[in-house]
Amino acid sequence: MVTRSFREEYVKILRDYLSAQGEDQLYGAQQLGKWMLSRDISPEEITDLHAQALEQLGEVPEFVRSSFSILTEVMIEYGNEHRSVNSWRNRHQQMESEIAVAKAMQQSLLPSEVPVYPELEIGVVSIAAKQISGDYYDFIEQTEGRFGVAIADITGKGMPAAMCMSMVKYAIDSLGQMELGPDEMLHHLNRIVGRNIDPSMFVTMLFGSYDSKEHCFRYAMAGHEPGFLYRSAEGKFYDLEGRGNALGLCPNSEYAVQEIHLEINDVLILLTDGVTECKNNRYYLQREELVHHLQKEVGNSAQKMANGLYNRLLLLSQFDLLDDYTMIVLRRT
Amino acid sequence: MVVADYSPETINIEQESDIVTARQVGRNMSKLFGFGTITQSRIATSISELARNIYLYAGTGTITISPVEREGVIGLQITANDSGPGIPDIRQALDDGYSTSGALGAGLPGVKRMMDEFEIHSTLGEGTRVIVVKWSD
Repeated sequence: MVTRSFREEYVKILRDYLSAQGEDQLYGAQQLGKWMLSRDISPEEITDLHAQALEQLGEVPEFVRSSFSILTEVMIEYGNEHRSVNSWRNRHQQMESEIAVAKAMQQSLLPSEVPVYPELEIGVVSIAAKQISGDYYDFIEQTEGRFGVAIADITGKGMPAAMCMSMVKYAIDSLGQMELGPDEMLHHLNRIVGRNIDPSMFVTMLFGSYDSKEHCFRYAMAGHEPGFLYRSAEGKFYDLEGRGNALGLCPNSEYAVQEIHLEINDVLILLTDGVTECKNNRYYLQREELVHHLQKEVGNSAQKMANGLYNRLLLLSQFDLLDDYTMIVLRRT
Repeated sequence: MVVADYSPETINIEQESDIVTARQVGRNMSKLFGFGTITQSRIATSISELARNIYLYAGTGTITISPVEREGVIGLQITANDSGPGIPDIRQALDDGYSTSGALGAGLPGVKRMMDEFEIHSTLGEGTRVIVVKWSD
C-alpha cells in the first residue's frame, strides 16, 4: 500500500532529480525501488504514483496524462505476475520445510549405529544425492551371534522412493522376527513390495545373514548391483555372485542362497549403483577402475576403507554426486 | 450516494468486441462510484479475464455488473455466467502454475487476487458462474 509519506518521498526525489539530474537522486531512486519491492508495491501502483507525482510538480499535458492509462493497463499484467511469484515463493518455502521434515524422518529409518561383534569390523557410508535418498540399508539382530544385513536401491529418487523405503523398512522389521533365510526373506519382500508400490517402481536388494562365530555370510540378491569379496590371501577382488529378479517385478520370483566363508583380513563390500555408476567427467567408472581404487584402500579398517573410497570417487566425479551412494564394508579381523 | 439508484447491467458475451463493451461498462461504473484509477483498471482487467474465459471456453455467456453496498461501503459485483463445459478441477484452475499454461480457467488466480471477494461454482456439462466483488478503498 502506498502511504502518504512514501508518496511525498517519491515527489521529493523526482523534484530533486528534475532540477539537478544528478546520479545521487538516481541512487536514491534505486534504494527506494528496493524498499518498494520489500513492501510488495505493485508495478501498477508505481505507475499511478508517478502520474500523481507529475501532477504535483507542474502542468501535465493532457496527452501525457492520458498515456498513463495505457501504461497502467500493461503494468497490471506485470503486477499479477509479481503477486503470483510471491505466492509461488511461499509455497516453495512450505515445500522446503516439508522436505526437511521428511529428510529427518528418513534419517530415523536408517540405523544410527553399526552392530559390534568380535573379529569383525563394519563400516558404512550412505549419502543422498539430493535431500531425500532412495538407498536403504539396515542391520537386523538375529540369534546365536548372527545378524542380518540389507542393502537396497529403490528406483527413482526423492519422495516416491522415500515413501517406498519406509514400507520396505517396516516389512523387513516384521519379517526379521521370523529369522528367515535370505532367499525366503526376499521371496516374502517381493510379494509385499509388488502389492504395495506403483507398477513403474521396483526395488533391488541384497539381503544377507552374517554368522560372526563361523564367519560365514549367506546372502541372496534381487536384481542388485553385485558387491565385492576381497580375498586377502590372493590379494584379489571377486564379484559377489547371485541373481534374481528385482523386488516388485513379478509376483513369484525365486531367489537362491549363496554362501561365503571369510578368512582373516577378507573383506565384503556391499554397495548400491550410486557407487558403481559414479561418473568421471564424461564416462561412467568401470568396475575394473573401481577395483583399482578399492585396492588402494586395502589394509585400512572397514570404516576407513568406506570413507576413503567415497572421498576418492567424490574427487573423481568433481564433487558432483549423481545418484544416492551407499557402501557397507564388512572386514574379518 | 445511494447505490440502489443504479441498476445492474448485463452484457451478452458472444464475440470478442463484447469483452471491450463489458470492460467499458465496468470502468464507467467504477469511475462513477469514485474508485481510484488503479482499482478501475483492476476491475476492468478482471472483467476482461472473466469475459475472455466465457468467449474462449464456453462460446457464449453473460457478464453482469451490479453496484452493491454493505455497511455503508460501496462495491462493484461482477457475475460471469456461462453454460459451457464447466471446470473439472476448480482448485487446479485457481492454481498459478496451471492457469498460466494457458489451459482452461486462464487468468482466474489473477482475478482472485485483484478482487476482494471471489466465488466460483462450476458443474461439468452445465456451466460456470463466477462472482467477484471489489469494495471501494
